[in-house]
Amino acid sequence: MKKKNPLAAKRMKTLPLHLMILPGAILVFVFSYLPMFGLVMAFQNFSPAKGFFGSDFVGLANFRYAFKIPGFWQIVYNTLLISILKIILNIVVPVIVALLLNELISTKFKRTVQTVIYFPHFLSWIILAGLFIDILSPSEGIVNTIIRFFGGNPIYFLGDKNWFPYSMVFTDVWKEFGYGTIVYLAALTSINPTLYEAAEIDGAGRFKQTLHVTLPALAPTILLMGMLSLGGILNAGGTVSASGSSGFEQIYNLYSPQVYETGDILETLVFRLGLGNGQYSVATAIGLIKSAISCGLMTFGYWLAKKTANYEIL
Amino acid sequence: MNKNLTRPRKVFQVINVIILAILALLCLLPLLNLLAISLSSSSAVTTGQVSFWPVDFTLDSYKFVLEKPEFYRAFGISVAKVFVGVPLNMLMSIMIAYPLSRTKAEFRARNAYMWFFLITMVFSGGLVPWYIVISKLGLIDSFWALILPVAVPVYNVVILTNFFKGIPKEIEEAALIDGATYWQVVWRIFVPLSKAALASIMLFAIVNHWNSWFEGLILMNRPENYPLQSYLQTVVVNRDVRLMTSQNAAFITTVSERTSRAAQVFTATLPVLVVYPFLQKYFTTGVVLGGVKE
Repeated sequence: MKKKNPLAAKRMKTLPLHLMILPGAILVFVFSYLPMFGLVMAFQNFSPAKGFFGSDFVGLANFRYAFKIPGFWQIVYNTLLISILKIILNIVVPVIVALLLNELISTKFKRTVQTVIYFPHFLSWIILAGLFIDILSPSEGIVNTIIRFFGGNPIYFLGDKNWFPYSMVFTDVWKEFGYGTIVYLAALTSINPTLYEAAEIDGAGRFKQTLHVTLPALAPTILLMGMLSLGGILNAGGTVSASGSSGFEQIYNLYSPQVYETGDILETLVFRLGLGNGQYSVATAIGLIKSAISCGLMTFGYWLAKKTANYEIL
Repeated sequence: MNKNLTRPRKVFQVINVIILAILALLCLLPLLNLLAISLSSSSAVTTGQVSFWPVDFTLDSYKFVLEKPEFYRAFGISVAKVFVGVPLNMLMSIMIAYPLSRTKAEFRARNAYMWFFLITMVFSGGLVPWYIVISKLGLIDSFWALILPVAVPVYNVVILTNFFKGIPKEIEEAALIDGATYWQVVWRIFVPLSKAALASIMLFAIVNHWNSWFEGLILMNRPENYPLQSYLQTVVVNRDVRLMTSQNAAFITTVSERTSRAAQVFTATLPVLVVYPFLQKYFTTGVVLGGVKE
C-alpha cells in the first residue's frame, strides 16, 4: 500500500478491525475477566454481605483448610484415575476404530457407521444420564437383563463404589469414541500412497503396512491429542472438543452419595462446597489451584505440541 | 479392487464389517431401547418384555409429557435460546475471527487480542465469582443470563479464524483496492466463501445451546424459567416427585415414571436428531480445523 504519513494512515485503517472485535471483547471481559478479579476471595473469609472490599483477608487459610478436608486426596486420586483412563481409552479406541474404518472397501457402509458412531457426541449428559440410569439399572435395565440372561449377577454400575469410576470411563468412551475418530481419519487421508506401494514392493502385507506405515504416520496426531488433553486432566474430562465434555457434567448427573468415596472429583467438590454449603472462599481456593495447575499443564502441553508436532492453535 | 482380494484379505473384510457393525449397534441400541420403552405401555415395561421394539404400542407417554405445562414451557425457552443465542454466536464468531485472521503486519493488535480470547479457554475465575458477576448485573432469572455469558464461543472463533486464514489474500486485496470496507469484505467475500466452516460451527453452537443445562439450573431461581435440559435435569436425574403428582387418571394404566422419563428424554433428543443429518457433512471440517492443523 501507499506510504504517506504511515502511522496515522495505519491507525485509520485498522480502526474498523478494532471496532469489529470490540463487542465480543467486551462480552468476554465482563463474563470471563471480571470473575477473575473475584479470585481474590480465595484469600478472604468472604461473606456476600460484606462483599469483596469488606471481607477480611486470611492469607492462605482457605488453602490449608481445603487440603485438610477429609478425603481431599482421595478426591484428587479419583479425578486423576478417571482422567487418565479416559485420556488413554479416548485415544486408543478411536485410533483402532479409525484404522478399521479405513480398511473398509464399501464407502456406503463406512459412511453409515460414521454417521451412527458420531451421534452420541452431540447428546447432552442430561440426556445420557436419563439413558444410562435407565439401561444400567440393576433391577429393570436392559444391560442387567442381558447379564441375568447369561446367568450372571446384576451389577449396580452407578451405585456400587467399586464400579462407579469405570462406569464413568466406559460411558464417556461410548459417547466420544466415534467422534474421536474424525481427527485420525483426517490424518489417514493425508498419508502418501507411495509409502504403501513401496512397502508392498518390499513384501509387507496389510498388517505390516499398518504397523510400519500407518501407525508411524498417525503418531504425531496421537501425541498431539494426548498433549492437548493434559490441560483437562484435573477436570476428569478426557479429550478436548468443541462441546467440551467435562467430567463434571457427567459425574454430577450420574453420581449419588453412596459413590462419593470413589466418584467425587475436584469440580463436584467445588460445586458442593460453593453453591451447596456456602463455603465460597474454600470453593474458590480449590478452583484457583485447579485452574492454575490446569493452566500450567495446558501451556506445557501446547509447548510440547509446538516443539514436537509444530502445532499452533491460531 | 474387489476382485483381486486375496483369501485372508476377504476374511479380514468380513470380520471388519462385523466388528464395525457391532460398534454401530452398541451406539444405537441403548437409544432404541429407550425409544421402545417410551412407546410401550407401562405394564409391558414393568414386566420386562420391552427390549428394542415397543410392546403394547402406545403414544400415551408422549401425550402425558406434552400435557405437562412445565415440559413445553421449558421446550419453548430452549427453542428461543437457540434462535437468539445461535445467531449471536455466529455474529460474534465472524466479527472476532476476521480481525484475528489478519497478519500481524496488517493488524498489529492481533496477537494481543488472540491471547485475550485464548486465555479464557484455560483460566477462569471459578464458579462463585462467575455467579456473583452475573447476579450483580441483575441477570438472575433473566433469559439473557442464558445468552450473554455464552455469547462468544472461543473454540468456534479458533476454528473460523483458521479457516479465514486459508482464504487467498488476492481476492480481498482486489476488493480493498476497489474501495471496499473491511465490513463489506467480511460479509461479501469471507462469509460466502466459508459456508462449510460456518455450517460446522453453527452445528456446534446449536448443540451447545440446546444441550446446556448448568447455566439454567444455577442462574434461574424459578423453575418456570428453566430451559429444557435444566428442567430434565431436575426430573430425570433427581427423580423429582412432582413428575407423578399431577398424574392424570386417564394415563395411570399406560404411563409410568419410567415411560414418561423415556419419552421426555427422547423428545429432548429429537431436535438434535433433526439437525444432525443436515450438518453432519460439514462438521468434520470444523473438527479438523480446530483440532489438528497441517
